[in-house]
Amino acid sequence: MLFTDYSFILFVAVVLLLYYIVPRKMQWPLLLVASYYFYYCDDWRYLIFITVTSVATWSCALIMDKIGGKGDAYLKAHKADMSKEERKAYKAQVKHKKNMVLLLSLLITIGILAVTKYTNFVINNINNFLKAGNGIRAMDIIVPTAISFYTFQAASYLIDVSRGTIKAEKNFFKMALFVSFFPQLVQGPISRFGDLSQTLYSEHKFELNGFGRGLIRIFWGYFKKLVIADRIMIAIKPMITMTDKYYGTYVFIAMLFYALELYCDFTGGIDITIGISECMGIKLKENFILPYFSKNVKEYWNRWHITMGTWFTDYIFYPLSVSPKMLKLSKWSRAHLGEKIGKRVTVYLSCFLVWLATGVWHGAAWNFVVWGLANYVVIMVSQELEPLYAKFHNKFHLKNTKGYAVFEICRTIFIMSCIRLFDCYRNVPLTFKMIASMFTKANLKVYTDGSLMQLGLTSADYTVLFIGFLIVLGVGIYKAQTKKDIRTELMKNVPLFCFVCVILIVSIVVLGAYGVGFDSTQFIYNQF
Amino acid sequence: MKKAKKIIIITAFVLLTFVLLWLAQRLVMPKYQKGIIEGSMIEEYYRDEAPHEVLFIGDCELYENVSTVELYEKYGISSYIRGSAQQLTWQSYFLLEDTLRYETPKVVVFNVLALKYNEPQSESYNRMSIDGMRWSSAKWENIKASMTEEESMADYLFPILRYHSRWSELKADDFKYMFKKDLVTTNGYYMRVDVKSEMDFPPAPALTDYTLGDNSMSYLKKMADLCEAKGIKLVLVKAPILYPYWYEEWDEQIVAFAQERGIDYINYIPLRDEIGLDMTQDTYDGGLHLNLAGAEKFADYMGAYLVEAADLTDYRQDAKVNALWEEKIEFYNNLRDAQLKELQEYGELRSWGMNAIED
Repeated sequence: MLFTDYSFILFVAVVLLLYYIVPRKMQWPLLLVASYYFYYCDDWRYLIFITVTSVATWSCALIMDKIGGKGDAYLKAHKADMSKEERKAYKAQVKHKKNMVLLLSLLITIGILAVTKYTNFVINNINNFLKAGNGIRAMDIIVPTAISFYTFQAASYLIDVSRGTIKAEKNFFKMALFVSFFPQLVQGPISRFGDLSQTLYSEHKFELNGFGRGLIRIFWGYFKKLVIADRIMIAIKPMITMTDKYYGTYVFIAMLFYALELYCDFTGGIDITIGISECMGIKLKENFILPYFSKNVKEYWNRWHITMGTWFTDYIFYPLSVSPKMLKLSKWSRAHLGEKIGKRVTVYLSCFLVWLATGVWHGAAWNFVVWGLANYVVIMVSQELEPLYAKFHNKFHLKNTKGYAVFEICRTIFIMSCIRLFDCYRNVPLTFKMIASMFTKANLKVYTDGSLMQLGLTSADYTVLFIGFLIVLGVGIYKAQTKKDIRTELMKNVPLFCFVCVILIVSIVVLGAYGVGFDSTQFIYNQF
Repeated sequence: MKKAKKIIIITAFVLLTFVLLWLAQRLVMPKYQKGIIEGSMIEEYYRDEAPHEVLFIGDCELYENVSTVELYEKYGISSYIRGSAQQLTWQSYFLLEDTLRYETPKVVVFNVLALKYNEPQSESYNRMSIDGMRWSSAKWENIKASMTEEESMADYLFPILRYHSRWSELKADDFKYMFKKDLVTTNGYYMRVDVKSEMDFPPAPALTDYTLGDNSMSYLKKMADLCEAKGIKLVLVKAPILYPYWYEEWDEQIVAFAQERGIDYINYIPLRDEIGLDMTQDTYDGGLHLNLAGAEKFADYMGAYLVEAADLTDYRQDAKVNALWEEKIEFYNNLRDAQLKELQEYGELRSWGMNAIED
């Protein structure tokens, strides 16, 4: 069931209605049933995977909690009998036990993800490496929708419990809901148990304001997805598939179009997710904060898919950076390469591994690996060029000018869009070739000779896209300049709020690129 | 703001949303007033006030080949053709069910060519046959039986979901006929006065299996059962058209079915001479459909059978019904004259037919 299916809209309407009809203590169990039904609609076999992940997560977390609890109790009871060293040794023993359970649980949860998603990728690469045409046969493995999202969510919970940041959830069904909560199941945001549990299991009374806020966010999400993203996709498709015909300037156009599509698609999906949750009184973390207003790639990644970024930072980058082996390497590199270079080695190595993992998480293909590493290279190069930038700014004093800010924003958009082309073309060499053609085979006539009209969009479509883009941009600028939440402002004026809702609904229904004649696609991030 | 006031404002805007969407739906739905007019035919039935003792249900082999006005003028038969392009057997069945909600004709004439289709065929033909129906269980079941894989019930429940993309191709006619459309047929009969002689059709290709499909035959049986239950005489016909082919093997199955059920079945193909059809003059598209001259001849011939086979009222004697028919005849004659005038002026019809340009 896709967010854009009529059946999904009906499903959400029924769930919302039941949510406020059933006794309040039955609200979260209702959500669990709804979430499993939602997943069942995709493929009943997916339920097996998500249930195994939930059971492993729940039981291992309880075991870790129990080990920790017992350890604390033992230390408390023997406070007087134990020396400091004995206590330290005992704590290490407890930690080791917890780590063993954590390892086991991660092997199960991430193991499922790895096997389902990456087995055939590995097989293909082995075959390519051995140049064996009929080598190992690819396996017919089911890849459950959104497995990357719920696995990461489960993993974060397990690590948090092992660290003692949160207590393990005793109720299995509550845990199962945390893993499967339907609005965020398919494309995030990747929630933390500590955040989501505060409102997910609470009893919620119907509140007109909260419901209205949620509703308008849903409409806004559908507007971005159906009116902009799915419409512009029509033009992108030929440009990225018929590469013999569409190169040079077309690559540049495809790049910009894809930047807009991905933004509207992904943020649209997240708006729908957060909106549905808000309608139920459940708070989810924001996943985007005006990413296209970032002045550099590092900042961009602090604003784009935030919950994924923080996940990698909290659960891979930091643990890796402070791991004994990294500390040892840091010591060695400082001694042998000097303080200046040596201190960078571990940071850069950790970053490298994080970006490699980020790329692999996005998809089982070399395109994503290269995409991840390209981000890494840009961030590292930017960091290394910092002193040069500083010198430049000392000399020219442009840093705080509006013009330079606009330049920085455009530069970031260009770099990110360029890197994102690895997501579009079918393999890495082709992507490099197409990027090169953008600079070597530019044909500016494309803009004026009617070629853009041959991409499947009419002038009316381009008009809608342009107006839609201006609206999205306008909302972004308003948000960036006033630092105000536009929905809060709208809620202050009920007729205006209603009017905006009406405009959004009518625009979505009439101008949306859906139904017969349109290739209704799933949200891009569903595949991860 | 007080809660009550807030609720009133919200309710008003909810209503406004529905009104706007309804208006948008009226606007973007195809009007079928020029060019492909078949999409208007089904809904026209509900506007007709005259009683109908003979109901024709089927595809273009009925609505283009039988002149309802000729039936009236010559025999006083008040009839209606509920047909649309490539109307499938189950669509005809559900249209019969739908018609029975309003009246019970004495005779139902079904053209058997549609039996060759055992499965849903085309979304666009489905829409032309179904969109015009009023909502009832018959329409609901018709949609369920007719939907192709790409279709969904929601698109029928809320046609704006299907037609919304027409916003960029709206023409003056879409505004003009937003709330009320002109009639495009005379009691379901689609008139063409131009002439294009019957062509030589290639020999009929052999089929691997000549058995008429279970699904379509089951609806034929249901049709027979329904007519029997309602005391209606069901007549099966095959219009005197050679192409698309009507295989002998198919004919034999219909003959057997008709005999088994005690139903009249008339295959008019072998009776073309008896009808008086001159296919160099009586067809407008190379023999696929009859033109006005052919449709009147065919109606003449069929009318004689109908008055013989059923106890039909001569409505010419009924002042009230006759007055209604006088209007239809006037419409029919005006339409004929307009087409003839255009034919004389340009040598072809430009305002009628598939290639007619919409305003």
